Parts: sequence; C-alpha cells; structure tokens
Amino acid sequence: MNPRPSPDDGLSPADLAAKYGLSVSGARPSLPAYVRQLWDRRHFILAFSRAKLTAQYSQAKLGQLWQVTTPLLNATVYFFIFGLLLGGRGGMEMEDYIPFLVTGVFVFTFTQSSVMSGVRSISGNLGLVRALHFPRASLPISFSLQQLQQLLFSMIVLAVVLIGFGHFPMWSWLLVVPALLLQFVFNSGLAMIMARMGSATPDLAQLMPFVTRTWMYASGVMFPLGYMLDKRESIPGWVADVMLANPAAVYMDLMRYALIDNYGVENLPVQSLVWAVSLGVGWALLIGIGGFVYFWKAEERYGRG
Amino acid sequence: MAVAEHTESTRSETPPQDTAEARVPTVIADDLHIVYKVNGGPRGRGSATAALNRMLRRKAPAGMREVHAVRGVSFTAYKGEAIGLIGSNGSGKSTLLKAVAGLLPAERGHVYTNGQPSLLGVNAALMNDLTGERNVILGGLAMGMSREQIRERYQSIVDFSGINEKGDFITLPMRTYSSGMAARLRFSIAAAKDHDVLMIDEALATGDRKFQKRSEARIRELRKEAGTVFLVSHNNKSIRDTCERVLWLEKGELVMDGPTDEVIKAYEKEAGK
Repeated sequence: MNPRPSPDDGLSPADLAAKYGLSVSGARPSLPAYVRQLWDRRHFILAFSRAKLTAQYSQAKLGQLWQVTTPLLNATVYFFIFGLLLGGRGGMEMEDYIPFLVTGVFVFTFTQSSVMSGVRSISGNLGLVRALHFPRASLPISFSLQQLQQLLFSMIVLAVVLIGFGHFPMWSWLLVVPALLLQFVFNSGLAMIMARMGSATPDLAQLMPFVTRTWMYASGVMFPLGYMLDKRESIPGWVADVMLANPAAVYMDLMRYALIDNYGVENLPVQSLVWAVSLGVGWALLIGIGGFVYFWKAEERYGRG
Repeated sequence: MAVAEHTESTRSETPPQDTAEARVPTVIADDLHIVYKVNGGPRGRGSATAALNRMLRRKAPAGMREVHAVRGVSFTAYKGEAIGLIGSNGSGKSTLLKAVAGLLPAERGHVYTNGQPSLLGVNAALMNDLTGERNVILGGLAMGMSREQIRERYQSIVDFSGINEKGDFITLPMRTYSSGMAARLRFSIAAAKDHDVLMIDEALATGDRKFQKRSEARIRELRKEAGTVFLVSHNNKSIRDTCERVLWLEKGELVMDGPTDEVIKAYEKEAGK
C-alpha cells in the first residue's frame, strides 16, 4: 500500500491489535459464553437434525413413510422370533412380553444410535467444522435430536403394539414424556463425550457396535433383568442392583413401568419408583452436564491437524 | 442484491475515526507459521499393532510428516479493503485464509482479527438430498443468521442465484442441479450475510459470465458495508476488477504485497517465464 504517515506506524503488531481491540482468531470461549452461543444456534441445531432425518429416506420411493415402517418391521421381526418361535420368556405372558420387548428395543436403540452418530458427529463432518464457525456441540446435540425424532415415530408403532396386546391408554402413559426428556439429556451428554473421543481416535466408530451390543445384553432388553439375576444364586444381590442401576436399564424400566400395567415396581431398581426416578434424573444430570463440559474443553481443537 | 444488513455486529467501537487518514485494521497477521501434520500411510508389516501401541502411549506416529504450508507471513488489512491473494497451486493461499478464519491453529506467530472472519464456504452445510429452498434456510442458519433474517432475504437470495430463471428449480432437490447452478446457489447463500471480514476462495470461477459480473458487484457491495474482503483466485482479471491490493504468496512466503497492478505485473512476468 502507499504508505501514509499514521500515528500507528511505530506500533508492533501485538500493540496495534490491542489498540484496536482485535482478538486472537479461533480462541475457545468461556463456558457461559459458549452456552449463549449454543442457545443462539438452537434453530440451526433443530433444522440440521430435521434435515438429516428427511435426507435419510429422500431417495426411497415410499419416502418419509419409512420413518414408521422401519420400526414397525423391527417390531414384527421380534414378534415372530420371540413371540411365536420361542414363546414368552422370563415368567411373563406373551401379551406382556411383546410390549416389554418392543419398548426395550426402541428405547435402547435411541441411546445406541445416539452413541453411534455421536462418535462420527465431528470426524464425519470435518468439512462443516473446517468451513464454518459455530459451537461444535451443535453437532452431537443435533444428532441426538435426530434420534429423538426418530424415536417419536417409533412411539406411534409402540402405541399400536400396546393396544394390539390389550394395554389401553392410561394416565401413567404421560410419564413417557419426562422419561424421554431425561433420556435425551443423557444421550446428548454421552454423544458429546463420544464425539470428543471419536474426533481424536476415529477408530472408535469400528469398536462401538461391540460395546453397545454388550451393553444391550447387560441391560435386559430382551429379558427381565431382575428376574434372570434372581434365578441365579451365584450372583450376589449388589451385582444385580448395579446392573439394574445402569442408565440404559433405568430408562427402559421407567418407560415399561409407565406403559405396561402388569410391569410393577418390583422390576425397578431397589424395587422403588422414587429410586428409579432419582437414578434417571441423576444419570441425566451427571452425563449431560459432565459430557458438555468435557466436550467444551477441547472446543478449539476440533477439525484441526 | 438489496440485502444490506444493519445487524448487531460485534465490531468493537474503538475511537480512532477522528481523521480521514486513520485506517482501522481488521486483520493483523504477525509472523504466521502454519504446519500441517499428515499421517504418512502404513509402512510395511505390523503397522497396525505399532499404531495401537502408539495410540495407547499417546505418542506421535512415526510416519507423521510435517508440511510447512505458511512460513512467516505478516500483513495488516484495513477496513474497506479488498485484498487479492495470488500464487501458484500449493503456495499456501487457502491455508492462510483458513488460519485467518481461526480454523487452523498457528504453529508460531499470531492472527488478530476484528469480529469473526468467515470463509465463504457454506457448501459443507448443504445437503444434496434436500430442496434448494430448504438448503437456503439450512445454510443461512449454519452461518448464524436468524430465522427472521433468512425469511426477509429469502427472495433476494433466490433471485440473485438466478435458479428460478429457467423454471421452478428451487423446490427440486439440489442433487438435480447442474454444477453451475449448485455453485451459484451456494455463492448466493454465502454472500447474503454481511461479514466483518469475508474470505472467498475461487468462488468467482463458477457460474456463467453474467453471474460472475453479479458476484463481483456483490463483493464490491460487501466491501462498502465496512468489511474487509479477501479473494483467492487464479483469474487475474477478476482480481483486477475487485481488489486494489494484492498479496503474492509463493512456497508459503509472502513475495510481494502492494497495489494490484504492480503485483500482478510482477506475477505475470514470473509466471510467463
């Protein structure tokens, strides 16, 4: 540039930056500022999750009908295998067992797919992360929100299954709403933890299906966990309590307790509803807040190197 | 494109506006070095176990190679300037822009910026399976615009892109667009927002002549709205038409920094050899 005399001539770049209030590009915001930024992007988070959900089936001829058809087919498969081929299990009648099973599968799938999409939420969207500025936590939260919307479609199927097996709507069904919200907070936290780990080590995406499958069997998706553990004398009581207190089992059992009238408190952890609810809230707060802070700590490092 | 924005930009209100001579810096790069770390592929047998071992011990992989893409670049950009970046392929132009945008960490040196510089790169947020309409909304939200702002500007974005000139294409999925149409829509979305510091990477090379003219006009407009514009391009003509200052990079070093005519003349002489 044609050099014009200016009072700034003698200043070093750092002093010049300080004089005009320029800041270092790409620094991590404080936690409150980060929360504010995230709140400002709430419309983006919602729009992104809905766009992903729509894009999923946009090439299919039946289009968005698959949102309901996929969980319905899943439920049908479980009905054939566990209902017709193997018969009801775990001391339950078939009209209780099938809703029990379908609820478990849908609720667990919610957590499982949040984890899976969480692992890839940063490493699979590097283009987005490298091109635009937004609080990166938008991505794992958005993916969990996508799974929540997917689950709402599954809930339609679940209602049909429940009514088909003679469980008619009752007031306790309303408990499903807070239970789902708690699970959503828990899932988002978990997705954020997985997102940070997955951005450092993308190999986790290969490993996670095995971890979640083990988790699934340990949480009693397909059989009443408490009943199975009681039958085995060799397992001490506290092991059973720990397994029942694991978050996946807690959210599944809360949901079943709300939906199935023959599924009483004896199936909940420590045989008490208060305990089960406290555990649900506790897990949501612990993982939700902990996961958020853990994710924020590495905010300036995502998508680099 | 009538989308002048008078938003709550985060510009810090610093005093020195008293004389006409005082120029307000918006971007300062101070001896900036950028180094890429690249995983240099598997090396012979046993590399998987070796990799696992390194992962567990949290050591840098042996096959890690470093690419020193920007070596000690310093410059100061002022409010209202349009700066072109030229140089051969791989000379570090795009890397420099990413570092200014705060998307790449500096190995040494600093970049100071006013507000949040943005790369004109909304492409990554768009989804080919969605209609152009939904992509306008999604892209706007991704850039941090509010729903009201997008609603206000929606029509001007569509008109500017010229997508609907040949029929109602905006309601079709983006995967059905020709590459020129898609590029035009992307530029229109990205340019709809007013940025404090806007960086454009080869965007003007897309679209037909008519659209390029419109883009150049829009860039001049963005500049007038008190921003600073950086433009990377291999098209010397579009740089001449839009920029008055040019940085010439070669092998990550700043070869020349000065008025457009001088630098491009020197660059063309060098390239013509």
